[in-house]
Amino acid sequence: MTRFEMKQRKLDATAERVLGMVMPQGAPWANDLRQDALNRLLSMGLPQGRDEYWRWTKPDSLTADRPAKAAVFQSDDTPLFTALDRLKLVFVDGVFDATASDALEGENLEIMRLTDALGSDIHWVKDAYGALEKRAQDPVDRPLATLNTAFATDGIVIRATGPVTRPVSLIYLHRDETSDAILHHVIKLDAGAELTLLENGPAAARFNKVMEIEVADGARFHHVRAQGRDHERRAVTHLFASVGSDAAFKSFTMTANGVLTRNEVFIDIVGDDSVAHVAGAAMGDGDFLHDDTVFITHAGLRCESRQVFKKVLRNGAKGVFQGKILVKQAAQKTDGYQISQGLLLDEDSQFLAKPELEIYADDVACSHGSTVGAINEDALFYLQSRGVPHAEATDLLTLAFLAEAIDEIEDEAISADILNRLEGWLARRRG
Amino acid sequence: MLEIKNLHVKLQEEDKQILKGVNLTVGAGEVHAIMGPNGSGKSTTSYVLSGRDGYEVTEGEALLNGQNLLDMEPEERAAAGLFLAFQYPVEIPGVGNMTFLRTAVNAQRKARGEDELSATEFLKLVREKAKSLKIDADMLKRPVNVGFSGGEKKRNEILQMAMLEPQLCILDETDSGLDVDAMKLVAEGVNALRDSKRSFVVITHYQRLLDHIKPDVVHIMSNGRIIKSGGPELALEVEHNGYADLLAEQEQA
Repeated sequence: MTRFEMKQRKLDATAERVLGMVMPQGAPWANDLRQDALNRLLSMGLPQGRDEYWRWTKPDSLTADRPAKAAVFQSDDTPLFTALDRLKLVFVDGVFDATASDALEGENLEIMRLTDALGSDIHWVKDAYGALEKRAQDPVDRPLATLNTAFATDGIVIRATGPVTRPVSLIYLHRDETSDAILHHVIKLDAGAELTLLENGPAAARFNKVMEIEVADGARFHHVRAQGRDHERRAVTHLFASVGSDAAFKSFTMTANGVLTRNEVFIDIVGDDSVAHVAGAAMGDGDFLHDDTVFITHAGLRCESRQVFKKVLRNGAKGVFQGKILVKQAAQKTDGYQISQGLLLDEDSQFLAKPELEIYADDVACSHGSTVGAINEDALFYLQSRGVPHAEATDLLTLAFLAEAIDEIEDEAISADILNRLEGWLARRRG
Repeated sequence: MLEIKNLHVKLQEEDKQILKGVNLTVGAGEVHAIMGPNGSGKSTTSYVLSGRDGYEVTEGEALLNGQNLLDMEPEERAAAGLFLAFQYPVEIPGVGNMTFLRTAVNAQRKARGEDELSATEFLKLVREKAKSLKIDADMLKRPVNVGFSGGEKKRNEILQMAMLEPQLCILDETDSGLDVDAMKLVAEGVNALRDSKRSFVVITHYQRLLDHIKPDVVHIMSNGRIIKSGGPELALEVEHNGYADLLAEQEQA
């Protein structure tokens, strides 16, 4: 088969796949944006296993007509973030549940359900919906995000007009074992605004989520998410961000379990003197694949970016990291850091990493590292010789391994919550 | 307290016999020093007693208060009262020194069926012990041994010993890498723990540590065996004449 025929076959399969999908209707401008996304999708095609960007993570179950069944997991964990004063917004299998949620209001906050925003005649979302997603298609196609823009059925749009003291907390419940959810959130922080966004829960049997975040000059955005523990759930998420000058973007993700997770992050630092940190701690046991695919572009002066990704893998679990820092010619004095590490708790697990730097400016400091290894035997013996039992010592060293990623969370109450959850996961697996 | 009988040990990976019949009895409250040239088996003895991987006991036994140490996991040996102060204390990035100490103290209490210390009780205890070893709050907050100087690492070992209150302490070349002042501080820490029930085995190359920690018995180890035992004067003899005379004497015998 020629390259052309292969591409044609891919496009045919994509057309076939979307044929039966229903595009939600809204205001004419919104319908146009969705149609534009659909056209873009039909010309790029859904991902296939032979695509370079999907080399280690097979996309088939994410693109299939129907999601595979995922049993609903009855967790005995205490829910996350309960001690915080927060604005709770609940989605059940990808559908906003107004009665279970707090009222859509808050100080310095404009907040609305996506379907309402896309249905109104004039709304700031008009310039934002799908905009960052579209911009992120170069140099690599991200077709599952484009599919999302075309067909998202629900989501939330948030605009912070100043400092927002109560974190906005999105809670994703999973009740139906065949649910297939497509959510799209649009977030905008005006100049000088501050917002903390929390996300937790498995969301659905199959979950496709896009979040577009615009961080204006002097604004600060904090994001902490915990992806739900349901063993059989599958998720593909995209986080698209544009960061202005003197601004901060910080995102941390914890993933424990889930048969397939692909988290893509695409950050454009367009302003000067800003920071963008993205971190992840993932723990997988058995049939588990976790993929972090990150692309950070530096276009402004004196900006700092950090990528800190740690994965603990056991019983044949697989971890993937594809991370890139692109420093454009004008982005002098860039400080870029990237670390990805896999801790293998046995010989069956794997960690695959592709760290990349592409630098066109001549006055920058960029470093990247990627390691894979087992528990340090000397440290283990040291702990045991002090009376700490083998299993407990292994856990302590595992948490120590994850610490650099968890340290990226600024709020102490939130990081304590996350740490608790990780300790619980480890304790349940003690042999 | 400690009885080592005819202990033979080889390396697991290669066919190399390290200990060739070590006999040693340490009574309660006694301090024994083991001296000897490099490669004589001093550190191996300490590792085998504490349960480090990589060694195979081919013959003999080691008893702590009548319990067979060699059948136990390293953490069980610790709970039974054994403590090894490492020659090279291990750095553990990501684990705070406080967390480490508290986890160790409570794990041992739990293993012995005692109540765990509360955070307040623990803090009070650790502050008191740290003060006498001139360990400041900053050292307690940092990750275990990370960025510690040689002297700080050894003081941290003694702090752990003071917190865990073991019955038998093995000090593996605790004087190595220490200046005179640091050595005094460490020795004071050790001496403060001496009592009629606690025993020490001090492994060292040099007599000078024994000026500060006075031993009851001195043993000379060579080629996997203890070749001579005597009083503190034996250490002075080594200091003056080196090991050569003793080794030659041994060969003739």
